Amino acid sequence: MSLTQQIRQAKADREILLMTHLVLGYPSFAVNREVIARMVAAGVEIIELQIPFSEPVADGPVILRANQEAIDRGVRVRQCLEFAAEMTAEHQIPFLFMTYYNILFKYGVEDFLAQARKVGVRGLIIPDLPPEEGEEYLAACRKHELAPIQIFAPTSSDERMAKLAGHGDGFIYCVARRGVTGAQTSFDREFDDYIARCRRATDLPLAVGFGISNRADVEMLKGKAEIAVIGSATIRLVEEHGPAAVTEFMEGLR
Amino acid sequence: MKPGYYGNWGGAFVPEILHETFRQLNAFFTEAQADPAFWRQYVDLMGSYSCRPTPLTLAENLTRRFGGASIYIKREDLNHTGAHKANNVMGQGLLVQRMGKRRVIAETGAGQHGVATATMAAKFGFECTIYMGEEDVQRQRPNVFWMEKLGATVVPVTSGSRTLKDAINEAFRDWVANMDSTHYVMGTVCGPHPFPAMVAWFQKIIGEEAKEQILAAHGRLPARVYACVGGGSNAMGIFQGFLADEEVELVGVEAGGEGLTSGRHASRLAAIPTTADTDGIPDATPGVAQGYKTMFLQDDDGQMKDTHSVAAGLDYIGVSPMLADLWERGRVRMTAATDTEVMEALQLAMASEGIIPALESAHAFVQAFKEAGELSPESAIIINQSGRGDKDIFTIAHAFKDPSWREFIRAKGEEYGKEPVS
Repeated sequence: MSLTQQIRQAKADREILLMTHLVLGYPSFAVNREVIARMVAAGVEIIELQIPFSEPVADGPVILRANQEAIDRGVRVRQCLEFAAEMTAEHQIPFLFMTYYNILFKYGVEDFLAQARKVGVRGLIIPDLPPEEGEEYLAACRKHELAPIQIFAPTSSDERMAKLAGHGDGFIYCVARRGVTGAQTSFDREFDDYIARCRRATDLPLAVGFGISNRADVEMLKGKAEIAVIGSATIRLVEEHGPAAVTEFMEGLR
Repeated sequence: MKPGYYGNWGGAFVPEILHETFRQLNAFFTEAQADPAFWRQYVDLMGSYSCRPTPLTLAENLTRRFGGASIYIKREDLNHTGAHKANNVMGQGLLVQRMGKRRVIAETGAGQHGVATATMAAKFGFECTIYMGEEDVQRQRPNVFWMEKLGATVVPVTSGSRTLKDAINEAFRDWVANMDSTHYVMGTVCGPHPFPAMVAWFQKIIGEEAKEQILAAHGRLPARVYACVGGGSNAMGIFQGFLADEEVELVGVEAGGEGLTSGRHASRLAAIPTTADTDGIPDATPGVAQGYKTMFLQDDDGQMKDTHSVAAGLDYIGVSPMLADLWERGRVRMTAATDTEVMEALQLAMASEGIIPALESAHAFVQAFKEAGELSPESAIIINQSGRGDKDIFTIAHAFKDPSWREFIRAKGEEYGKEPVS
């Protein structure tokens, strides 16, 4: 079943789906393992596994620090692939890789995507790779049946959204506001207009991320998006209260 | 070839949120480039505000000492704010006016680009924020002082290696959040398209002047042109004047730090293919980061490495895609100078000619001094003195282990220790 079909099927039973994010190897793979088990048990539908990169330009301070600490602790791309293989074997929900283009470029784009497919990952989010620069990546994603998740921003024109949608698969990641990850987002009229534009540009499901951190945020997205993305909030939670806190937090989100 | 590419290098790897901002910037830049009145306005401004044209100085004592080519020095240190950085920021300032934005942000390593941007912002009446690696804030306190006095907010960046590359990432983050009101004044010929093209366009004023001046002073083209290379803006600036003249050899000098095999340097192109790090791969390999494709100092996973140079302005992981292309095509020869060689060249330049090159510029002097003697006395070489060394007084005095300077600092420290700051 394609990622899009799987999302639509899951959405049939739920008002909104949850996608969470974590940085691989931060604070450790052991903690990642526990956090993921708790997330899955709490009903999270999709998990983004961020492969750390030293220059994560689209990420805010929380994820930036997590990236750096993971690298400082010696996390390697090979370990991230192995860990992903373990997770996809253990849990029956879709996992995605989120990372920056240099990780793929340095590994070899074709080789990396073949490997991603092999470890059972379903798609990728590469925020610094616009379709204009991603011809090799997009072709290899098609070849290996991986979803190249495209990103919409509030600044994207209707024409641009249509173009991005044409290159995307799985779902569209809609950045809720300007700025990097991890700060507050306000859901106002302007946001509704933006989501309406996203909807007109694509038939793919919409995931909304950046600044979604509590039940009220998720509530606001019901009826507007298929997926709510919880990013920095989980990392902060695990830092402050440990992995055990994940269960209650995730269960309380909807 | 795709727009923004120089051979295999360049491009625009920007997050979608910045797509529209880059589209607008590109449109304004293209329009300005096609408007001869804009360039005239720029040249007039640089003439009245920044001492352009800067002189080309014949270094008679150094020439005599090495006994080969006549050594000429292009004096970018005489620009307002003390470096070639003024050329770029004033040009971008005019563009910002055209775009109708009110705020500028910039990243800075050595601080020269930060001081130049803060100066430009003060003159044009823009609000200004400068991102600077915490380590560079400590190394370049005098420049931080001036930026703040010029009205800019200096933000020390504590992430990563706390140097230039991290300051660039922070500036991008700010831009992503404030793109409507804000222009990011990129300081060098790096970053996503159109930054390399735009910065190179403003900096070509160095090479155009230098060519005219050397023909007037020496009657012929120089045999070689030397420039230090961090990101590469002063090098691209002067090289552009001679790119079409195949008989002129263009020499870039990168930061050799503690030596190319030490693992503590910032040489991207000069270190290839002779050195390999402990992983058995060259220190610099092709990569994509900070919005563009070039040769980066990175490990085999694609993580950027820490870099080192005595000169904060050369301490950078990447290099201009334009220079990577010229290097790959054999048009530019890349070399490196170590920190020790730089201090020696600096001392010699000061004592022989009464000029104080910046630590960055002194890298170019090192290579020129090594090679001047092997050229015929009829020939000439040009060293691009990209900036002046006043800003480096703390680093230089420390490196020279100057006893009276240490005593002065100690006494000042004691004096400040006694009086509370009121």
